[in-house]
Amino acid sequence: MAYTEEELKKELETKEYEYGFYTDIASETFPKGLSEEIVIAISQKKEEPAWMTNWRLEAYRSWVQMKEPEWANVKYKKPDFQDISYYSAPNSKAKYESLDEVDPELLETFKKLGISIDEQKKLAGVAVDIVMDSVSVATTFKKTLAEKGIIFCSISEAIKEHPELVQKYLGTVVPQKDNFYAALNSAVFSDGSFCYIPKGVRCPMELSTYFRINQAGTGQFERTLVIADKDSYVSYLEGCTAPSRDENQLHAAVVELIALDEAEIKYSTVQNWFPGDKEGKGGVYNFVTKRGLCEKNAKISWTQVETGSAITWKYPSCILKGDNSIGEFYSIAVTNNYQQADTGTKMVHLGKNTRSTIISKGISAGKSQNSYRGLVQINGRAKNARNFSQCDSLLMGNECGAHTFPYIEVKNKTAQIEHEATTSKIGEDQIFYCNQRGIDTEKAIALIVNGFSKEVLNKLPMEFAVEAQKLLEISLEGSVG
Amino acid sequence: MLKIKNLHAGVEGNEILNGIDLEVKAGEVHAIMGPNGSGKSTLAAVIAGKEEFEVTEGTIELEGEDLDETSPEERAHKGVFLSFQYPVEIPGVSVTNFMKTAINESRKARGLEDMPANIMLKLIREKSELLEIDRKFLSRSLNEGFSGGEKKRNEIFQMAMLEPKLAILDETDSGLDIDALRIVANGVNKLKSQENAVIVITHYQRLLDYIVPDFVHVLHEGKIVKSGTKDLALELEEKGYDWIKNETLV
Repeated sequence: MAYTEEELKKELETKEYEYGFYTDIASETFPKGLSEEIVIAISQKKEEPAWMTNWRLEAYRSWVQMKEPEWANVKYKKPDFQDISYYSAPNSKAKYESLDEVDPELLETFKKLGISIDEQKKLAGVAVDIVMDSVSVATTFKKTLAEKGIIFCSISEAIKEHPELVQKYLGTVVPQKDNFYAALNSAVFSDGSFCYIPKGVRCPMELSTYFRINQAGTGQFERTLVIADKDSYVSYLEGCTAPSRDENQLHAAVVELIALDEAEIKYSTVQNWFPGDKEGKGGVYNFVTKRGLCEKNAKISWTQVETGSAITWKYPSCILKGDNSIGEFYSIAVTNNYQQADTGTKMVHLGKNTRSTIISKGISAGKSQNSYRGLVQINGRAKNARNFSQCDSLLMGNECGAHTFPYIEVKNKTAQIEHEATTSKIGEDQIFYCNQRGIDTEKAIALIVNGFSKEVLNKLPMEFAVEAQKLLEISLEGSVG
Repeated sequence: MLKIKNLHAGVEGNEILNGIDLEVKAGEVHAIMGPNGSGKSTLAAVIAGKEEFEVTEGTIELEGEDLDETSPEERAHKGVFLSFQYPVEIPGVSVTNFMKTAINESRKARGLEDMPANIMLKLIREKSELLEIDRKFLSRSLNEGFSGGEKKRNEIFQMAMLEPKLAILDETDSGLDIDALRIVANGVNKLKSQENAVIVITHYQRLLDYIVPDFVHVLHEGKIVKSGTKDLALELEEKGYDWIKNETLV
């Protein structure tokens, strides 16, 4: 690869990007607990049609029969599902005066990220659908999108305005009974995003949703459905930050992607939920089901940067149903202090000539545990399927752990599978080398970690990559003495 | 510039440096020679402030300031540069990015703004030409997959970029073929001025044909046992280190 003057210049330019805001909104909150009545009440509150209410009830009835999965390499106190409020809606417009009431430590983090309220508005070219405490309160750039026939709205709105699309696709990739958390989500999801790209349309901007958890004690059950019709393209960004809270907060989202023939979906996530404090107290439980379906010649690419949450349980997956379809998974998972992450992907090859790539970078510091769990499944019909997997782990200190659980199931002899894995440790020699060049230890670690994660950071849209880089630095602050 | 008095240092109670006295003035080039295990690299690391080594006695002063309690990065900010005998690899961090970070961190310590991109670009162009470094080389991950010669050339490139007051070259000649040796030495000579000083640590006389020292010191068992001019290096080359060992026994 040539390294031109232009590229050199680009690398030298200092890139700055700021994002985010915080709001304190009086909420209308349901009483704690879950029952058929609550499910019906949620559906009514959202003025949903009967088919939707029934769909939720079916999910609820399955959920009641199910047990929480225990196979993941994480230890935590199971949430009491009857001690959670399942609906909370903002009942007034956003107020920005109350920043004083926010945990100063969190404000400090925001400051480090360079976040200001005004700058949020400057996100030119990025349409933001803000999900705050379960109900979408703002949608921008709708007009530009509408001109192209693109639908980008909250899922509740989509249920009302585009029932034919929702009914056709909802639950087709992640069925109601798929797993314990997906069933729970299907029963009680409060809101989320919906996106439809018509045939042959290339979405002209990055679509993005900023999720928050604002209200103590309310679980978040987001539901996202992205449909890329034949020969269309969309890049979707999802990013989150959450306020510090003492008690654990449950988050069980479901994301379904559908890429029809020749379509491409790029789904990028930066997740920075409260990971708990240095003693491991508090923090978000993040149990997410994300899955995409590829039809003929379609491509789905998942990129995630996971720095937050006390517990992460998340496996963005691809069902490569159509011939020649492509699935990709690029992940950076950082755990510090007492965080636990069990994350990875599933690549299910059904069609002929399907290809998948998995690049996973795990970084563990403090007393944290970081596991990669990945399944590559080649079905009998999937002739000439190919997979390449690379799992790298970086350890900092002597008290953390990195684990890799690769599962490979091959039922077709023509398959080609490659799996590479490395584990390394940030060495004192590397740190001293940086120190000697005038770079202090904190900055040296950031540099080494960014270098380690580069392959994945490069897959993110530029502004997101810069944001992610900063998050990596903040998450690992103080992790080496 | 650098004043070392009665320096004793070691690792976990094992003394490696046994009372070193050395004074290096601005504008001078000093060569430190000696057999394996005589403490040459330890001396370099102790001057750079590597925490693994404990200074048990004596002082190191840089421009009249005691360096005791000064972190390695602070020493770097004050103008100490160490060309490593074994430069470490940092995967995914390009030479350009590494240099940009190093320069801006030093500037920050001095209360300066980041170096503007166009000035840095000019600097990189100038210094890479000086060391006959290919542009592509700068985009590669720091030291990853570099040959021995490339690593050393990269060290001197960094030195050229950082313009230190005191540069310590720890066996920069090892692993260099004759052409690379000439390029590296040429680079060091061009960077030499009346304001800075260079300490060259080497086993062999060869490098000193290119970087001509004002003084040569011979280190043996953690002590400077002999000092002289360039001729001492030639004498050493001829007689071997056994000569020094025998002499110190007497």
